[in-house]
Amino acid sequence: MKPFAYERPDDAQGAVATVSADPDAAFLAGGTNLVDHLRLGLATPSTLVDVTGLTSTEITDAPDGGLSIGAGVRNADLAADERVRARYPVLAQAMLAGASGQLRNMATTGGNLLQRTRCAYFQDLTTPCNKRQPGSGCSALEGWARHHAVLGATHEPADVACVATHPSDMAVALAVLDAQVRVLGAEGERSIPLSTLHRLPGGEPSRDTVLAHGELVTAVDLPPSPIAARSTYYKVRDRASFAFALVSVAAAIEVVGDTITDARLALGGVAHKPWRATAAEEALVGAPPTDDTFRAAARAELVDARPVESPRGGTAFKLPLVTAAVTAALRGLAGGEEHA
Amino acid sequence: MADTGYLSGVHADLSLTVDGRRHELTVDTRTTVLDALREHLDITSAKKGCDHGQCGACTVLLDGRRTLSCLSLAVAHDGSEVTTADGLGADGALHPLQEAFLAHDAYQCGYCTPGQICSAVGMLEEAAAGHPSVVTSDLGADLTAGVDLDRTEIAERMSGNLCRCGAYAHIVDAVDEVAHREVAR
Repeated sequence: MKPFAYERPDDAQGAVATVSADPDAAFLAGGTNLVDHLRLGLATPSTLVDVTGLTSTEITDAPDGGLSIGAGVRNADLAADERVRARYPVLAQAMLAGASGQLRNMATTGGNLLQRTRCAYFQDLTTPCNKRQPGSGCSALEGWARHHAVLGATHEPADVACVATHPSDMAVALAVLDAQVRVLGAEGERSIPLSTLHRLPGGEPSRDTVLAHGELVTAVDLPPSPIAARSTYYKVRDRASFAFALVSVAAAIEVVGDTITDARLALGGVAHKPWRATAAEEALVGAPPTDDTFRAAARAELVDARPVESPRGGTAFKLPLVTAAVTAALRGLAGGEEHA
Repeated sequence: MADTGYLSGVHADLSLTVDGRRHELTVDTRTTVLDALREHLDITSAKKGCDHGQCGACTVLLDGRRTLSCLSLAVAHDGSEVTTADGLGADGALHPLQEAFLAHDAYQCGYCTPGQICSAVGMLEEAAAGHPSVVTSDLGADLTAGVDLDRTEIAERMSGNLCRCGAYAHIVDAVDEVAHREVAR
């Protein structure tokens, strides 16, 4: 591990000023991802700026009826909040489906958003990876691809290819809730939609988000969302607990009579960012809440899907898995039985 | 900072209260709480398993909450209170979970056991405080009286602690006994 200086400024503005002025400085919050990256040699900051205690650790009622979540709120405390559980069950479920009890006690809201992909090649300094070492290639395309993308990835050209996925469960729930992310930079505060915080790899896979170096997440704002009271998070993984999603679905649905009148859907484990499934949402609204509708909606979202086809296992298995997971999640919300 | 090579790091002074005893120490900023305990203070009950946050062997109670000491930088926890499995009980006066692990044969090699026990202590407090898990049946319910823990709840809440010997069934038995003893109390 490379040596680093450790600083704890008096306030968030001071932390932003310090990191903005030093390209080799990095923010430290819960440390659950960053400390591992320090040890792996993946992150080599010269200075760590600890923001613990510099952003809010409170969840407050917003004037518009929504909730404002401080960036310092621990994942465990967000999941346990009774307002979150009652008004945004998809968020509580997503939080609780992620990581372990110990990690949820440590990890923060801001850090959860900015955690990096768990692609094995990204974390292995001995292999080519365009995200870690731009221009070096993508090892997953020919390697062990299982937690990798089917949507929005860059397969070619080789020097920018990236099929990594974003690992957060929380962010998938926030995508379906139309959350806003408040960010403090050297020039002041701005608020950006969660759906535009993370980016697709495009031709620049080293960049996970649209944030500039030195910008600090200070809060996540949830708008009031009556539809969210009937929402769910459905996660498929390789073991029953403490594993990243192969595929996950955040869903909210409103049914009047025999018709779906409103729907929100986002997918996890399939793309470089939480994937808001707008094509599926369009296919759902106006249709009856049946398995046929749910499957058709999932397929509509997957029209442009392109799995990784690696000789050591690819991600084609995720296409039927997405369809099954979307169907199961929506069936549960619609209160329906399984129809063949 | 001058490039002085990886061996000569940046040092920081800090204090940690471990199992009720306050220690002053000087550590390289790269030192984790786990390494501070084991290498600087000779407190070895917290174990190093994976050193990547995946196994739970290093679990301690940090300011009262179960935490992975391998992913916690010591310099970021100056002034904190750490409780290891060693500090939960004493010879002849074991913690109820320590007794239950013995009674239920909840280990084979024992390497994960201190982490399992610290995790169980923290987990029972979380449940008593009304923290739900992903298998809690009604997340919208009023949980202020605490969450009743069946075996599925215990297994889910303990999933951050791996046991390579596979003593899981007995670990759940041990935690189950203490969980229901505490509820009845």
